[in-house]
Amino acid sequence: MIVAKQKKVNEVIDMLGDDFNSLLIVGCGTCVTVSLAGGEREVNSLAEILRTYYANNNRDVKIETETVKRQCDFEYIDQLENLIKENDIILSLACGIGVQHIVERHQDKIVLPGLNTSFYGATLKIGEWSERCIGCGECVLDQYFGICPIARCSKQLLNGPCGGSQNGSCEVDPDIDCAWELIYDRAVKLDKLEDLINYEPPKNWEVYRDGGPRTLIDQEYHEDRKE
Amino acid sequence: MTKKYSKVKNMLDAGHFVVCSEMGPPIGADPEFIKKKAHYLKGYVDGVNVTDNQTAIVRMSSIAAAKLAMDEGLEMIIQVTARDRNRISLQSDILGASALGLRNILCLTGDHQSFGKDPGSKNVFELGSVQLIKAVTEMVDNGILLNGKVMEVPPKMFIGGAANPFADPFEMQMIKMQKKVNAGVEFFQTQAIYNIEKFEYWMEEVRKRGIDQNSYILAGILPTRSAKALRMMKKYVAGMDVPDHVIKRMDQAKDKEKEGVKMAVETIQRVKEIKGVRGVHLMPVAWEEITPTVIKEASLYPRPEVE
Repeated sequence: MIVAKQKKVNEVIDMLGDDFNSLLIVGCGTCVTVSLAGGEREVNSLAEILRTYYANNNRDVKIETETVKRQCDFEYIDQLENLIKENDIILSLACGIGVQHIVERHQDKIVLPGLNTSFYGATLKIGEWSERCIGCGECVLDQYFGICPIARCSKQLLNGPCGGSQNGSCEVDPDIDCAWELIYDRAVKLDKLEDLINYEPPKNWEVYRDGGPRTLIDQEYHEDRKE
Repeated sequence: MTKKYSKVKNMLDAGHFVVCSEMGPPIGADPEFIKKKAHYLKGYVDGVNVTDNQTAIVRMSSIAAAKLAMDEGLEMIIQVTARDRNRISLQSDILGASALGLRNILCLTGDHQSFGKDPGSKNVFELGSVQLIKAVTEMVDNGILLNGKVMEVPPKMFIGGAANPFADPFEMQMIKMQKKVNAGVEFFQTQAIYNIEKFEYWMEEVRKRGIDQNSYILAGILPTRSAKALRMMKKYVAGMDVPDHVIKRMDQAKDKEKEGVKMAVETIQRVKEIKGVRGVHLMPVAWEEITPTVIKEASLYPRPEVE
């Protein structure tokens, strides 16, 4: 899932500025609800904080809240059509995709991001997430026993650990596991160390966003629909 | 196959125990800084590395600094890290370095930029050290770029890589070292050695795999005059192994500079006895002027004359 973190309240207040009288805070019910950043609970608590702030500063601001299932689908954004139209500013507590998707439907609206979208990650325990994938466009997990050196090695090394790996930790931070230690340990456990001996050529980054922003079209689906 | 020209290579081929050292370029654009450093090293070392924005701190380009020092009569080894440049830029710089007459390259992945003063910079790491070595080998030996383009005039380089006897996981580091040899590395410079027993064991493993038969290994020596520096290295420098007894020895020394030289000389003499070690690489950080003293006291001066 996409893991995100809420922007600081004073940052949000600065971003909103003074030139509005009504605000709609929109939550997203999928990834960012799980990462405790943009679900219904976070939307309501941010609304409360902002109401108090504007009241204390003698500003007459109307704040409404709504959380949809997913902001990355027009189907759910369109459920909010009237609410969006009625408010001066939309503050989206979705990932960057949600913010842009509302913009796409409402070209005349100011839509602001309430979160910092962080990474594709997994929940380690409640309140703790860790990066596992960067969406490089060409999965190599088969070659590394299910541990991604692109997402989890600080230097994205494909041919083995750097000289900074010590006691299982990355040179960047002792709290970061060395991906190559994990890969090596798995290889030993599976008795497949010889699979790591081969030279791995430079990766093709054209399929990542280095080839330009990506669009995916499922040809098969479209052809089936034609028939 | 292109005939390579490198004094360091020729010396190693001739069986001499080679002495390399290191110089850090200035944070600034002063050519005199390089010339001054070149003067006190001249005649004492067979090759001098120029670091490439080491610890991810912006300095004068290693290739520009190496050219300045070469013009003062030194044989230079350019360090090239893959941290800041993609394949286009790396290959372009290597062609330029060769055109300037630089003939030795040390291919590195590079310290992560979080160590330096620009932790907010975007890293590249498109190639790792093994892939960089392979790319340079293809350029030098076959005149082919990574994109398959054939060059009329390929670069000439003696190709080196780094090896860290103190990094983990040990077996995987060995596999990687072997990969570097397979990719075409001709010499290795190791991480600084303070844990000599560990280094001896590592060399044993290197010999078991025949790596010493297919590459020249230069042992890393880091002369220092301060226990504080040793503690800092132990704690903060990636991949360093500084045993407590080494720190204690420096702590107790009355004349720290003398002790630092003595420790470096002892390490040199010890590694010289290890089968497969073909030279030393001195890297005194912020104490580069001590290099001639260490070399003299280790009885490595005068240096043999080789074309």
